[in-house]
Amino acid sequence: MPPALATHELCKRYGDRVALDGVDLEVGPGELVGLLGPNGAGKSTLVKIACGLVHPSGGHAEVAGAPAGSPAARAALGYLAELFRFPGWCTADELLGLHQRLAGSPGASAERADLLELVGLSDAAGRRVEQLSKGMQQRLGIAQALVGQPAVVLLDEPTSALDPAGRRAVRGMLEELRRRGVAVLLNSHLLGEIEQVCDRVAIVARGRLVAEGTPGELGRPGGVEIETAAGTRSFSDAGREDVPALVAGLVGKGERIYAVRVVQGTLEDAYLRAIEEAQR
Amino acid sequence: MRGLGTVVGYALRESLRRRVLTVVCLLTAAFLGLYAWGASAVFDEVAPPAGGLIALDTQVLTGATLLGMAMFVTLFLGVVLAVFLTLGAVRGDAERGLLQPLVVRPVGRRTLLAGRFAASAGVCVLYVVAVYAGAVVITGLIGGFWPGSVVLPAFGLAGAVVVVVALTLLGTTLLGTTANGIAVFMLFGAGLTAGLLGQIGDALSSPTLTNVSDIAVWALPFEALYQDALFALTADIEGVTGVLVQLGPLGGADDAGALLWVWAGVYALGAALLGARAFDRADL
Repeated sequence: MPPALATHELCKRYGDRVALDGVDLEVGPGELVGLLGPNGAGKSTLVKIACGLVHPSGGHAEVAGAPAGSPAARAALGYLAELFRFPGWCTADELLGLHQRLAGSPGASAERADLLELVGLSDAAGRRVEQLSKGMQQRLGIAQALVGQPAVVLLDEPTSALDPAGRRAVRGMLEELRRRGVAVLLNSHLLGEIEQVCDRVAIVARGRLVAEGTPGELGRPGGVEIETAAGTRSFSDAGREDVPALVAGLVGKGERIYAVRVVQGTLEDAYLRAIEEAQR
Repeated sequence: MRGLGTVVGYALRESLRRRVLTVVCLLTAAFLGLYAWGASAVFDEVAPPAGGLIALDTQVLTGATLLGMAMFVTLFLGVVLAVFLTLGAVRGDAERGLLQPLVVRPVGRRTLLAGRFAASAGVCVLYVVAVYAGAVVITGLIGGFWPGSVVLPAFGLAGAVVVVVALTLLGTTLLGTTANGIAVFMLFGAGLTAGLLGQIGDALSSPTLTNVSDIAVWALPFEALYQDALFALTADIEGVTGVLVQLGPLGGADDAGALLWVWAGVYALGAALLGARAFDRADL
């Protein structure tokens, strides 16, 4: 089975400005991958190339084994842009119906009802888009991206207009997509969100892929803290395997030990470290 | 071209729901009402044909002049409709984020553009034909003037707005909404100016002016189609009345022949293909 999304040496230049500089990235079937990077790093360009909205300057991208931008590739993906707008005159149900026809989806009204329920908009099916709040429009956008049961969904900042409850609902939706076997590339600035839901994280900076791995792999150990009667002692270079020796040493010196903590680096630490190294 | 019908339906529904067509229909009804009122007043004041050295048929002269002016207004309204239906269809919609969710669907960019063209051209053709027919009926019922050819002028107007739709769609693949609107209206103005230059050239017997006008009018074939439509309207009027009428109320009448239709078709198709090519290459 081909990867849901694969890019090989993907490059994009806008005049003299390099937006992407040889990015190799793979999203497996049913995998949930988070794409992180500072503003202007090239994340949205990568997503747009995968959708066929932007033409690459070099390298290539494939969606479900088909060249990005080809009808087969477009049939296999769903997309929600960062800056999207839907026609204000049509209702939520009509919008999904339009996308069903454009995508050639045979789902009919059952699919529309299912998608509206998934994003919590069942009661708003007959309301015009212009009458929906920004957050509701964003949830409708996610439903639109899922029309036709795509193999891969590309979400560009899908929670930027949502309140905390809305973000939690989107996390639930992403879990549901994982359960359904849909691959997701999630482009977001919300590290905590990505850490919670993504199987793997890719960090892009200055158009290059600078780090990749599971959130656990990227968040490497950050030392050991031991609470003693004299206060907290920190051992910044130590790891979990050093704990017995450290405790034995302190006890041997007559210290009383009350607690031991292995400090795990967060994804935020890993992200900032990767960006800093890329900018050197 | 799978999905063409969906795109056409979407574009038509958009026109209806955004009340573009409602506003246009109300304004057009107002225009036709005023036209009927004006025509009635003018025909009441025009003296009936009288014998004499110069056999001038005032009813025919008045009817043809009024209908010629109505055709100009019809073309103008049709062009306004064509421009406002299509001026932001690509760049404008892409800048607002409306286009991207549609482009990523399997139907493809060319189908989207073809659908917008078919919907806009269809609406504009129906519109100009309906307004022209209304003006013909009003002129005939009030003043008793019926053009020798009713159908050919309608074809000319329809062809002219189709060319404008094609040009506007080409423009929207290259320019933003405002810039495209300005560009198309300037082209329309240039066509009108070329027509007036030709009229002046004829009056002054200046071959240079006439040649410049001919080249400009063929470079902007919506004007040539309009002139051909005017000619078809007045071609069968004879004598002094015919000479006076064929000076034309605005821009003059000119028999361009069948070659014009071939050229206009190639021109519109060429503009559409260039637009499709530019749209294919655009980063959105």
